[in-house]
Amino acid sequence: MNVETNVPEAAAELKAVQSADAPPHPLVEFWNYFRVNRGAVGGLVVISLICLIAVFADVIAPHPPNHLYTDSFLTPPFWAEGGSTRFILGTDDIGRDILSRLMHGARLSLSVGIIVVTLSLSAGIILGLIAGFFRGVVEIGIMRAIDIMLALPALLLAIVIVAVLGPSLTNAMVAVAIVVLPHYVRLTRAAVINELSKDYVTASKVSGARMIRLMVITVLPNCAAPLIVQATLGFSTAILDAAALGFLGLGAQPPTPEWGTMLSNALQFIQSAWWVVTFPGLAILITVLAFNLLGDGLRDALDPKLKR
Amino acid sequence: MFRFVLTRVSLVIPTFIGVTLLTFALIRLVPGDPIELLVGERGIDPARHAMLRAEMGLDKPLLVQYGIYIWDVLQGDLGRSVVSRKPVLDEFLTLFPATIELGTCAIIIAILLGLPAGILAATRRGKVFDHTVMGVSLTGYSMPIFWWAILLILLFSVKLGWTPVSGRISVMFWVEPVTGFMLIDSYLSGEPGALRSAVSHLVLPSLVLATIPLAVIARMTRSAMLEVLSEDYVRTARAKGLSPLRVTWVHALRNALIPVVTVIGLQVGVLLTGAILTETIFAWPGVGRWLIVAVGKRDYPTLQGGVLLVACTVIFVSLLVDILYGVINPRISRTR
Repeated sequence: MNVETNVPEAAAELKAVQSADAPPHPLVEFWNYFRVNRGAVGGLVVISLICLIAVFADVIAPHPPNHLYTDSFLTPPFWAEGGSTRFILGTDDIGRDILSRLMHGARLSLSVGIIVVTLSLSAGIILGLIAGFFRGVVEIGIMRAIDIMLALPALLLAIVIVAVLGPSLTNAMVAVAIVVLPHYVRLTRAAVINELSKDYVTASKVSGARMIRLMVITVLPNCAAPLIVQATLGFSTAILDAAALGFLGLGAQPPTPEWGTMLSNALQFIQSAWWVVTFPGLAILITVLAFNLLGDGLRDALDPKLKR
Repeated sequence: MFRFVLTRVSLVIPTFIGVTLLTFALIRLVPGDPIELLVGERGIDPARHAMLRAEMGLDKPLLVQYGIYIWDVLQGDLGRSVVSRKPVLDEFLTLFPATIELGTCAIIIAILLGLPAGILAATRRGKVFDHTVMGVSLTGYSMPIFWWAILLILLFSVKLGWTPVSGRISVMFWVEPVTGFMLIDSYLSGEPGALRSAVSHLVLPSLVLATIPLAVIARMTRSAMLEVLSEDYVRTARAKGLSPLRVTWVHALRNALIPVVTVIGLQVGVLLTGAILTETIFAWPGVGRWLIVAVGKRDYPTLQGGVLLVACTVIFVSLLVDILYGVINPRISRTR
């Protein structure tokens, strides 16, 4: 009698206990850690804004990026003396609207980030998985090659690659993707080696999983956290390096409205037109800072050591 | 200790060979014929072309060519610039002191500012000072330094007129290059005002070059200090009644410095990368600007030799840091 009445009660209790202790969905848990970091949330907001600007650049830019307004060379921004709201951030030396060029430049910088990170991340994951799984000669070969790449300062290696391929935005992206590759290979390899010693991998092996399945489905998802962080920080490196190459005349070529390229001949206006010199760099700084903030926030939220 | 140094040195050799393979491949990967690249854009008649080909060994198998290349490199023959016709090594050696001078000043600034900033931020964790230091250093870390250089020129040279815009010393002075280091040479020259002029030319470029290492050092020092400050021996030191200053600056700092020293060693590559941009903007006659000019003039022998020399510098300095690290921290040299 007693037992019968207790059963539903016990079940309810059990349910209550379960619902209290049930872990939240991983994404919810992640978001709870992430949103505490105000800097990271700010970075995310800024990046979303830049993405919107990049996507809708054609619609929101007040002028075409390469149109020459021959009646207004070096017009100052609207708040400065001699400026007008027609060109909010002023015009450059051949009468192009700087704000419109910056908006279209956002498109280029974000594509640079996306393409470079995709290229280097995928190549890095493949090489890292191979190095981690097949120890011995293969691993030594890959890791030695990586060491050699690391012996050269990153920008210098990129310059060498561009010097071989010829200066253009595409080649600059390829160069930057190659230069940042070592970080992804090292990270993936370290994470893979760390995972391989765990029981679930052995279990999967014993139950007959093939090598490819073991690599891609069993182990790789568990190596994702550091790679996500590195990929986010990789956006900022890619944007900075591509802009530096553009500045040196080795990246995007004029009249492309790439932020670094816009600065490449700006030094001559340093006395006469400060707005030509300041805004493109500010755009680079804000974008890179936003990605770095986001990356730091992701690291804190994804790092199990820092949790609780 | 001797064994430790020997292992470290032996590990460097494959990297060196790899880098020579890379620079060897460089001149062969460039589209176009190597001879035409070497003579520049002037053109050459076919008979002379064939003769040069044989003379340079370009008709031999690749492996033999590589052997010849390595042999020449080991004897210090890195080819000649197609623009100035001078040996690449000589040009590098005349320009390198300028880069070392700039880089040394930058790293000194970075350490002098970054280390105390990181320590103070760690001891004031969560306070306004900590947030400021972290915010500023993240901004510095995200800075496109070529733009930062332009901003500083805009403020200090154009608006305030405090510092000159380019070069190493005012054209009013002619300083005998004894050491290649302008600070020392201008001092030795004894001319009144020469040293002052050299210093004023050095300030802005070294500040620009110091920015990223400064940010990295400050962040690293802070996190290393935070880790050490939470350790038991620090609590013991506090419990003994030592002053907070002594605990932080003597007890904690010594252990926190270990990762910081590694990070400082890693900044050599960062400095050389930064030097390429900084020297280009400030017209600083160093190795970085030389390489960019070489790319612009399609002077491939200079680029080839220059890249090899820069890579060797990086390898050598990292080796030195590795060994020094073993000296500072005996736990490392004993375990390997």
